[in-house]
Amino acid sequence: MMEKKIIRSLRDIVGKENVYTENSDRITHSYDATQKSYLPDVVVYAHSAEQVSEVVKIADSLSIPLLPRGAGSGFTGGTLPVQGGIVLVLTRMNRILSIDTDNLIAVVEPGVVTSELQREVEKLGLFYPPDPASKDFCTLGGNVAECAGGPRCVKYGVTKDYILGLQVVTASGEIIRTGGKTLKNVVGYDLTKLFVGSEGTLGIVTEIVLKLLPKPEAKKTMLVQFETIDGAARAVADIIRAKIIPTTLEFLDAATIGCIRDISPIPLPDECRALLIIEVDGDSDVIEKQAARILDIIRPLGVLDTRIAETDAESEEIWEVRRKVSPSLRKVNPDKFNEDIVVPRSKVPDMITALEHLSEKYDVPIVNFGHAGDGNIHVNVMVDLAEDGMQEKVDMVMKEIFHAAVALEGSISGEHGIGISKMDYLGMEIDNSTLDYMRRIKRALDPNNTLNPGKIFESDVSG
Amino acid sequence: MDKNKTLKDYEVQIRECVKCGACQAHCPVYLENRREGDVARGKIALAAALLDKTGVLEKRLRQDISMCLMCGSCVNTCPNSVPTDKIVGAIRREITDNRGLSLLGRGVSTVIGHKPLMKAAIKTGAALSPLLLKEIPASSGLRLRFPVPLMKDRSLPVIPAKNLFDLFPEFIRGDGDKPTVGFFAGCSISFIYPEIGASMIRLLQKMGYSVFLPGSQKCCGIPALSSGDGRLVEKLAEDNVRSFQKYDIEHIITCCASCNGGVREYYSTMKADYGDFTGKVIDFNLFLAEQGFIEEMAELPKWQARTRVTYHDPCHLKTQGITKEPRALLRALPNVEFVEMEGASSCCGLGGTFSVYHYEISKAIGARKIAGLKESGAEMIATACPGCIMQLQDVINHAGLQVKAVHILDLISEALGLTEE
Ligand SMILES: Cc1cc2nc3c(=O)[nH]c(=O)nc-3n(C[C@H](O)[C@H](O)[C@H](O)COP(=O)(O)OP(=O)(O)OC[C@H]3O[C@@H](n4cnc5c(N)ncnc54)[C@H](O)[C@@H]3O)c2cc1C
Ligand code: SF4
Ligand code: SF4
Repeated sequence: MMEKKIIRSLRDIVGKENVYTENSDRITHSYDATQKSYLPDVVVYAHSAEQVSEVVKIADSLSIPLLPRGAGSGFTGGTLPVQGGIVLVLTRMNRILSIDTDNLIAVVEPGVVTSELQREVEKLGLFYPPDPASKDFCTLGGNVAECAGGPRCVKYGVTKDYILGLQVVTASGEIIRTGGKTLKNVVGYDLTKLFVGSEGTLGIVTEIVLKLLPKPEAKKTMLVQFETIDGAARAVADIIRAKIIPTTLEFLDAATIGCIRDISPIPLPDECRALLIIEVDGDSDVIEKQAARILDIIRPLGVLDTRIAETDAESEEIWEVRRKVSPSLRKVNPDKFNEDIVVPRSKVPDMITALEHLSEKYDVPIVNFGHAGDGNIHVNVMVDLAEDGMQEKVDMVMKEIFHAAVALEGSISGEHGIGISKMDYLGMEIDNSTLDYMRRIKRALDPNNTLNPGKIFESDVSG
Repeated sequence: MDKNKTLKDYEVQIRECVKCGACQAHCPVYLENRREGDVARGKIALAAALLDKTGVLEKRLRQDISMCLMCGSCVNTCPNSVPTDKIVGAIRREITDNRGLSLLGRGVSTVIGHKPLMKAAIKTGAALSPLLLKEIPASSGLRLRFPVPLMKDRSLPVIPAKNLFDLFPEFIRGDGDKPTVGFFAGCSISFIYPEIGASMIRLLQKMGYSVFLPGSQKCCGIPALSSGDGRLVEKLAEDNVRSFQKYDIEHIITCCASCNGGVREYYSTMKADYGDFTGKVIDFNLFLAEQGFIEEMAELPKWQARTRVTYHDPCHLKTQGITKEPRALLRALPNVEFVEMEGASSCCGLGGTFSVYHYEISKAIGARKIAGLKESGAEMIATACPGCIMQLQDVINHAGLQVKAVHILDLISEALGLTEE
């Protein structure tokens, strides 16, 4: 427990009703979507950058760990208080400060939920593309901190491509501004990019300037069934080679299809060994032409069936197939180990082959689906941890999966970040001098190791 | 003979929460407060802590557990269908078991057992006093839901002099030779809105059904469930089962969504098997749809001057997937021009006894409906639950809107001239 005096100063800053110290409060702020749990000493809800700054100053002067927290939907433990300390919740800083339809810019507080912003800008005919599957509940602050991405990334990129500027509270409590409201800006270092994806270890984002696009007029969704995963992979490569960039290119492998066959709203016969969901968007006449060309391109690649949605309801039905996936995986086995590796687009078939080998070698089911368009594969190793020695087995499989991804010039995380979950594997991908350079940045910007300590880097960076 | 399920009985489901956080997008209380203790995930974490004995029934836990409308919105959208509403019910029962009925706070028991409060209640106005005094049975959930005068600001309907049981005998012969159906009216309809019940009975009669309205039927038990009074729920359940045993009936109709949910809830919050009874209970929308009533209505010539009406989904129908039938019914009515509204499915904020303890938040949750309602341009908002009607009208009044909250049966009654009989 924290000293009374500290609690009192925290109350002076944010008000008594925003400081939570009970056992129950600590329990309800101890976890995120990793399902791991570490109790904080105290929970503080902030309402302004000034409050954040004052809280950081206290933490920094007393060397108390400070954990920024958004919606707690992170998959790598970014917001877990592994060393105790103060969990600083930002969900109540959730105002959309402005939507500028002349300059296509929005300014928001970090607690705004991604899809809430999307809804508001779409009412004005605008568009904020990044679409993590958690968009209905994750916060934009969390998106910035993890550089979240989603299926639309193929065409529209990820969070970092939409951040023009930030207001950040630094580890010593100063409030600084990076970037600005213009698309071009080369004054000084590009600090915005430094903070995006820094997982709350370098500063706390208190305001975000976002770039918006005009909302595309229409979209077209297609579901294509293939005889082989190779056919599906070639389809992806050939579509891109034909200079068509779909909005999304989602694939499901044979194991995944097996999980949803019984509950899919669209019949999926046994011969169907791979599935692509392709969506294009833009002006209506353009997407009609694109859809026709895509069908021409993929026809020779072992296509079993093609379904093109003509209405919104039909498009929803296709996405329903995709949404059925996550909840049905448990059918295979009770415990799921989910990783989001990424490989260059053209290497997806090689990676799938490697995964099939690993599945055989270790005799564990591995179910794969994901964003074929950008090479981001959600690998799900499905096991029953109750079996003897299973955890060790899983650890070995994971390690080999990461090795395979890196060997194909890919990366061990496309979306979810490092946090504590992938700390051990960082060295596989990043060489020592680069890692050391990163540590030096952390040390320089947060000399007391106040912000989110014990994350990303395996060895302690303090001092 | 405790038939209520305990927290332990939900252990497997509690462990199935994967902490994804998806419930944040759907929990009305969380959307208002943005606090982890208020959302399903937080409550499940507390439930797990209670099972693991790392948590105790301390004040904050009781507060967090009180912050639930038991609306079930989180359950429907949870990837693992974790039944947070039921789990909250189980924790509330543990709290009341440990501390007596204190969770009721300054609820009914206090009002009734407290002279000065009682006097104040009488002073607040004759319209409200019958709620506490005579007309309404002691076990009725209304006493738990509206312990006036503790809710000063709330606009409540005037209590009519005659309740449903004064208006109708126990057996009402139909105009045709269709079988007898049971009618489970529920407290709100019996005592506050008997005209809705009257419309239901007259409609069934006109369709050729005889109606059995047992006078011994009791409160469905939702308010008791929501306040953690397990023993009362159990007693009410037994009484209701017994009440409907007199006739061999296939259907027991409800036109209060909460009662429908409440009665069906017996299934899942108790270990005893009430399947025989609950299996017969059917919401009137579903019943009418099954009888081809919607098609019949659609064939009637449309009125020249129709009322622009939108629809509010009561949580207890929404979570059972009953969302299409009420809309189809409204679309078919000759006197209605149906319009959809944004946020039709968001909770009104009443939530069993929730609004007693958290009236301000309850109002704020309800107020989230106003923007969509305004935008729809509707003159009336129809729904299928008297609780929702009361709450919606209160919220509408506070927002200064000229919209009337009505029951679908009010509109059916208007279309068919059922009141003129
Ligand atoms: C079902 C599900 C599906 C998901 N799908 C995707 C997906 O498709 N793509 C994807 O990229 N991710 C996905 N995620 C992961 C997660 O939703 C994202 O990482 C998201 O960006 C986290 O946001 P949050 O608000 O929940 O942040 P939290 O989990 O609360 O925090 C995440 C990290 O950000 C830091 N942080 C939070 N707010 C701030 C701030 N204002 N300033 C500085 N640091 C801050 C925290 O300290 C922590 O390190 C998914 C998660 C779930 C549960
Ligand atoms: S949606 Fe369900 S599984 Fe996910 S956190 Fe909420 S209760 Fe748990
Ligand atoms: S039942 Fe309703 S109020 Fe309660 S946690 Fe679930 S969504 Fe929230």
